[in-house]
Amino acid sequence: MSFISYLINGISLGSVYAIIALGYTMVYGIAKMLNFAHGDVIMIGAYVVLTMMTGAGVNPLLAVLISMAACTILGMTIEKIAYKPLRNAASPLAVLITAIGVSYLLQNIALLVFGASAKSFTNIVNIPALTLAGGKLIITGTTIVTIFACIIIMLGLTLFVNKTKPGQAMQAVSEDRGAAQLMGINVNGTISLTFAIGSALAAIAGVLLCSAYPTLTPYTGAMPGIKAFVAAVFGGIGSIPGAMVGGILLGIIEIMGKAYISSQVADAIVFAVLIVVLLVKPTGLFGKNIQEKV
Amino acid sequence: MKKNLMKMNKITKNNLITYGIVVVAFIIMQILVTSGNISSLLQGLLVPLCVYAIAAISLNLVVGISGELSLGHAGFMCVGAYASAFFSKAVGEGMPGMVRFILAILVGALVAGIFGIVIGIPVLRLRGDYLAIVTLAFGEIIKNLMNVLYIGMDSNGLHFSVSDAASLNMEADGTVIINGALGITGTPKDSTFTIGVILILITLFIVLNLIHSRSGRAIMSIRDNRIAAESVGINITKYKLMAFSISAALAGVAGVLYAHNLSTLTVKKFDYNTSILILVFVVLGGIGSIRGSIIAAVILTALPEMLRGLSDYRMLIYAIVLIAMMLFNWAPSAINWRERVKAKFKGKKQKTDKKEAA
Amino acid sequence: MAMLEVSNLSIAFGGLQAVDNFNLKINKGQLYGLIGPNGAGKTTVFNLLTGVYKPNEGIVKLDGKDITGRSTIEINKSGVARTFQNIRLFKDMTVLDNVKAGLHNHYKYSTVTGILRLPKYYKLEKEMDERAMEILKVFDLDKEVNYLASNLPYGKQRKLEIARALATEPKLLLLDEPAAGMNPNETQELMDTIRFVRDHFDMTILLIEHDMKLVGGICEELTVLNFGQVLTQGKTAFVLNDPAVITAYLGE
Repeated sequence: MSFISYLINGISLGSVYAIIALGYTMVYGIAKMLNFAHGDVIMIGAYVVLTMMTGAGVNPLLAVLISMAACTILGMTIEKIAYKPLRNAASPLAVLITAIGVSYLLQNIALLVFGASAKSFTNIVNIPALTLAGGKLIITGTTIVTIFACIIIMLGLTLFVNKTKPGQAMQAVSEDRGAAQLMGINVNGTISLTFAIGSALAAIAGVLLCSAYPTLTPYTGAMPGIKAFVAAVFGGIGSIPGAMVGGILLGIIEIMGKAYISSQVADAIVFAVLIVVLLVKPTGLFGKNIQEKV
Repeated sequence: MKKNLMKMNKITKNNLITYGIVVVAFIIMQILVTSGNISSLLQGLLVPLCVYAIAAISLNLVVGISGELSLGHAGFMCVGAYASAFFSKAVGEGMPGMVRFILAILVGALVAGIFGIVIGIPVLRLRGDYLAIVTLAFGEIIKNLMNVLYIGMDSNGLHFSVSDAASLNMEADGTVIINGALGITGTPKDSTFTIGVILILITLFIVLNLIHSRSGRAIMSIRDNRIAAESVGINITKYKLMAFSISAALAGVAGVLYAHNLSTLTVKKFDYNTSILILVFVVLGGIGSIRGSIIAAVILTALPEMLRGLSDYRMLIYAIVLIAMMLFNWAPSAINWRERVKAKFKGKKQKTDKKEAA
Repeated sequence: MAMLEVSNLSIAFGGLQAVDNFNLKINKGQLYGLIGPNGAGKTTVFNLLTGVYKPNEGIVKLDGKDITGRSTIEINKSGVARTFQNIRLFKDMTVLDNVKAGLHNHYKYSTVTGILRLPKYYKLEKEMDERAMEILKVFDLDKEVNYLASNLPYGKQRKLEIARALATEPKLLLLDEPAAGMNPNETQELMDTIRFVRDHFDMTILLIEHDMKLVGGICEELTVLNFGQVLTQGKTAFVLNDPAVITAYLGE
């Protein structure tokens, strides 16, 4: 029974990774950049919810919505000020380093505003836990909400990207930015929209992450950010189902590694699996294999 | 032929300037130290400055010269640091300090270099961002494994464990050398600023001479166009691996210097944040510019200390400065603007020159 | 003996038979043209000859030696060099270093020799410089040795690519659309250069080209490729007047 409970925990954690990874993967697909600050947007999102609830006494759902709005604005602002000027820079590394700078910036703003000490996060989910198999298997409300949120987001995004005009514009821009521009697609707007969606997802991920692991510090977002990046690569960066599958697999591997091998090397196992997957399939599970034409 | 000679001179001159900057900076710092005109904080930074300068030069070999993005360079520093600290502890007072330290440097470089080869073989099959994430993964794996590694030594030899110090099962005379997450304590403090600068010069010598040699050309030709490089008979795997492993070995040297500067060595310092920090030096100093790497490493390492008076705001300012510098150095619009200003300035100067001539 | 002898060469990508039963025989010192409409498989033939692709079937013999299915590097070492349709220079390296990279396998010293600057380093670097300058002079590039390759004008970039290929001391030189994007004057000049290269370096040359003036002007024999198959082969004048060739180019 403990195996199933670990599995469910793994899926739950993996769902959070998947939501973060979706943001990573969409931004990568369109802007062709690794947004290292994505993890820190998660952290900001969680702080906003916490402040709204404990400071302003706003009800949880509204707090989440406010946080999503705040992160959306934050994400779009970062893109406009820090990333957009570097879009045609001579080296793709320029924007990567700038993203690292933004990551430092967000962490230090949080440090100044909220302090270095860990804040305990109040769980916003008040759905009762599900007790199965005569009390041997307990699934918390947070887990249920997390998994459902992930599924809904995944379905919503897939529909959005495939069925709506802005979604198809995103696909076009990620395929060939120049051609998309010539076809009359508003490239700047599309990239901005992608950052907006990715950041809103980060806010949700932040809330879910902190509901399951209720300590919040300015560095809370960094490691999950990196892991989600790994998940996105794992699934094939740029692919929405890839990010989803990659995230969930990563969560399961991490929880299982912690439970059955050693909590200290669980991260090493996660990274080792990534390496093995990439060596077998160099562009990730769902990645497109592009060969250079001679 | 004459032109050729001129070009050779230009390269040699350029390299000599780089060596010269390091030597002059060293002399100035030495004067400041001996005359007591330097804060103890900054004095404590002198060896770390050398550590980061070496690490940045070595990473530039991969990023700038070989054209691959590595996000796991701290892992190689970690390997070099641990291997050498282990060596120094195991040898103890068994040989004179200087000999022990020189051997420790070689041990650190060698072990890190071997790690570079072992990791490079699978990693270099990948491209671009995939390669970057796998190097990051390797860096984190190294850190995680070192965290659970226990090695002790007694009269029977070495004992290994990955669970705890007690399970090393040593005789009564045994000592734990690598103590898991607690790392290595009591490493002899052999690192000095002078040795650090000498190591920077040696690193420069290796990297600059490599770049301007047959192998360096091969490495850069692969960076510029791998298909064309193959078409003129250059072995891609060999030269990529060469750049990667030499770089790893040099990062290992940086690790050796780091380890012998502190009494306690733990893996905490060697996470991806450090790898990224080194990458920041390389990009900010100019991708492929070895001199730039050193300058950026020194400025950015010293900057937070310089800003210490601003206490809480210093890292915030650091972040803003970093973003601003990146935008200023790399944004096409900023570059255009700079060009325009330069042209204006030059135009004015030419005018005044003409006037003077007249 | 033929310098290059290709028999029954075939390759398919998925369901597409890109090159089908391709045969070719080029004698030493010949200037040979491979022509055909867009998408006929000409560049694919080059990629097969240089080991970029491995053929499904067929044999490639260079100077009597079987080189089928070898790696690009081995094929280059055994004496085949090429240029590319879309220029592939080492763009952030100097003109001189581009050619010296081509000399890589002919002036060998170890990495350690290079780092320690042993006497052998200076000796060989000097020889390489001299050899590279010799080649660059042929292409009138000796004034631009210290330019970055990417800063050269287009026509000179094409020439530099040929120079780099020649530096590898090939027996057979493959030129993939050397005149693409050149104006008539440049093309004329290029034709002279190609002829000069053939005579001066004693080279055998196979070239892909769309410019019929160039093909008719310098190629002695031609092979016409259409839909991956050889349409016709023979003396230039004969091939260019073949009604089947004209149809292939102009359509029905």
